[in-house]
Amino acid sequence: MAVQKNTSAIRGQPKHLLGIQNLSIQEAKKILEEAKSFISLNRSASKKLDVLRGKTQINLFFEPSTRTQSSFDLAGKRLGADVMTMNVGNSALKKGETLIDTAMTLNAMHPDIIVIRHQDSGAPNLLSQKVNCAVVNAGDGRREHPTQALLDALTIINRKKKIEGLKIAICGDILHSRVARSNIYLMNMLGAEVNVIAPKTLMPRSIERLGVKSFTDMKKGLDGCDIVMMLRLQNERMQGSFLPSKREYYEFYGLTPEKLKFASKDALIMHPGPMNRGVEIDTKLADDINVSLVKEQVELGVAVRMACLKLYCK
Amino acid sequence: MTEKILINARIIDPSQKMDEKGSVIIDSNGKIKLIGKDVKKSDASSSAEVFDLKDSILIPGIVDMKAFVGEPGYEYKENFRTLSQAALAGGVTSIVTMPNTKPIIDNVSMVDFIIRRGRDKALVNLYPCATLTRELEGKQMTEFGLLSAKGIIAFTDVIRTVQNTETMARIMDYASDIGVLIMQHVEDYELSKNGCINDGEVSTRLGLEGISYIAEKIIIERDLSLLNEFPCRYHINQISSRESLESIKRNKENGTNFTVGVSINNLSLNENDIGDFKTFLKLSPPLRLEDDRLALVQGIKSGLIDVIVSNHTPEDEEGKRLPFAQAATGAIGIETLLPLALEMYHNESLSLQKIIETLTINPAKILKINKGSLKKGSDADICIFDLDAPWVVKGDVLKSKSKNTAIEERKLQGKILMTFLNGDLVFESA
Repeated sequence: MAVQKNTSAIRGQPKHLLGIQNLSIQEAKKILEEAKSFISLNRSASKKLDVLRGKTQINLFFEPSTRTQSSFDLAGKRLGADVMTMNVGNSALKKGETLIDTAMTLNAMHPDIIVIRHQDSGAPNLLSQKVNCAVVNAGDGRREHPTQALLDALTIINRKKKIEGLKIAICGDILHSRVARSNIYLMNMLGAEVNVIAPKTLMPRSIERLGVKSFTDMKKGLDGCDIVMMLRLQNERMQGSFLPSKREYYEFYGLTPEKLKFASKDALIMHPGPMNRGVEIDTKLADDINVSLVKEQVELGVAVRMACLKLYCK
Repeated sequence: MTEKILINARIIDPSQKMDEKGSVIIDSNGKIKLIGKDVKKSDASSSAEVFDLKDSILIPGIVDMKAFVGEPGYEYKENFRTLSQAALAGGVTSIVTMPNTKPIIDNVSMVDFIIRRGRDKALVNLYPCATLTRELEGKQMTEFGLLSAKGIIAFTDVIRTVQNTETMARIMDYASDIGVLIMQHVEDYELSKNGCINDGEVSTRLGLEGISYIAEKIIIERDLSLLNEFPCRYHINQISSRESLESIKRNKENGTNFTVGVSINNLSLNENDIGDFKTFLKLSPPLRLEDDRLALVQGIKSGLIDVIVSNHTPEDEEGKRLPFAQAATGAIGIETLLPLALEMYHNESLSLQKIIETLTINPAKILKINKGSLKKGSDADICIFDLDAPWVVKGDVLKSKSKNTAIEERKLQGKILMTFLNGDLVFESA
């Protein structure tokens, strides 16, 4: 409300990737289709295309990130774009410049696409109202992380051939997780059944309204699941008395071979990383290539981000 | 001043249980000389100025118990002149102003300043509040006795709450002796920490931290328990949920004596209106569920809630053009207070009498001021409005210096035509 879209409707308003919530099923499928074609490219010796030659991509990261940032960086470069990464640590934002001011400054440099990660939910939405280029959300607060959900979907499709009809469990700190939210929307959209599993203090209010079943008993929540997505438990959650201890959390919500037996017998494990071994997941299980898709997720992340950049960078 | 006679009015004055077609005569001192259905043109002097109201509604000028002026320190958000213009355009003639200015109004010298400044610049009746505690810190009570002697109407920390129970107990104990009015914002900080909207589906979807209704209820329960021990003049600024109303009901039934307010925003909007991060709807207390909104409307109907306030909180664009969690809290609303309240009449939730009572005589009684009534001899502060005239809210044309209305583009029915202050015509719609 505070900000009005300018006259860019006339100039052709670029579409943004702000979240799975704003995405149609056709758009989601198109991204996944496009991404498939990049998987083999990324495995080949010559990985460079010129689809985005002459285009400028700015990665605007207000929150530290290793894998998402490098994934977007690589994706842009492989498509031939000029990629610039701005970390907030060395920008004017530390001097009190607002997000909008930064957006206007960057906008004046005529980028074609801005990839933003921000600690505040809704920051990409605000940015998108102020710039003339496309905005891709690389994670905002606890709201959404759409490319993570899309890469998770691609990873599942790559192994299970489909998502429709699958039963997917998302387990851990649902309350603070944007990955959980984006995955709930996307997996639901693509026809999966979603269970969320968390201790009550880490379960958001009215989560069922997002179309999931919620469980506090991990064994019940895992029952018959084809995919088990584990979430990272951040250490600072211990300080807010969300939980009594890591030990107790691991006992009830850590994924172990014993608990995994409650899921479907060919169940696969995913994790958005970075993992806390021995807190949310048994370390051997995390590395078991027969059940863990963690490395594949990272690999396909680049393909998904290439697809997003290509489709939104116009 | 010449005498004035306002004829062909539908007079609604809940202080006299009056709802009748009639006339009002304002004497040369700006007081009500005669009012009602039996008043004839011949009762006024022959030189009297005649206003034919053509069946418009005439009510006492509105008393708004919660508005932020901006002076001193935040003149870029609002000042006495712009606030007055917005108020008069909304039929509001008396305003209780908040003390969270810069510097904060928590000492006698500031009161002198604010009263002089208001007298020179404001065009409405101003009733300044001082803070409940020094520097709004919730620790040391302000000089209730000295400050009220200087003209402070009530004591409030505005949108801050005294968290320490012992401090609150002492404040109430001390206030009960002096007889000053305490207006409490009810929010437990530990429970509302980092929260910016209601804790529910919308906060889950938007990924924002929520404020549970319990944060409000727990302070209400605490304060009302203390109040039984230390009976003072105690008013809850604003409530937002059905649960709070349950506590209030139980305590009122048990005979505890206190009063309750609600913001017009919580009566006319719910959390879904926040949509895609509309920061103008970031409010304190937060907008809650439709079920809560309906409960609050019922609370007015049943008399559990005594007053409706605008909670007028001007914020400039810079403060609102930020990610939601960082954006300033509050919305303007003094100019749209009555028209928005009339929605509850048009949708058959409340009677006109009830709505007007909560905007006039009820706040005046709580504040112990001689306003909100048109009884013979009262100050002729009058609001005249067309009950049915439709219009659309546009922030840009509202008179407030800041344009952060929570109801942009809302279609309203009911328009202020004229406002009189002490018998003078101070606003007339174009």
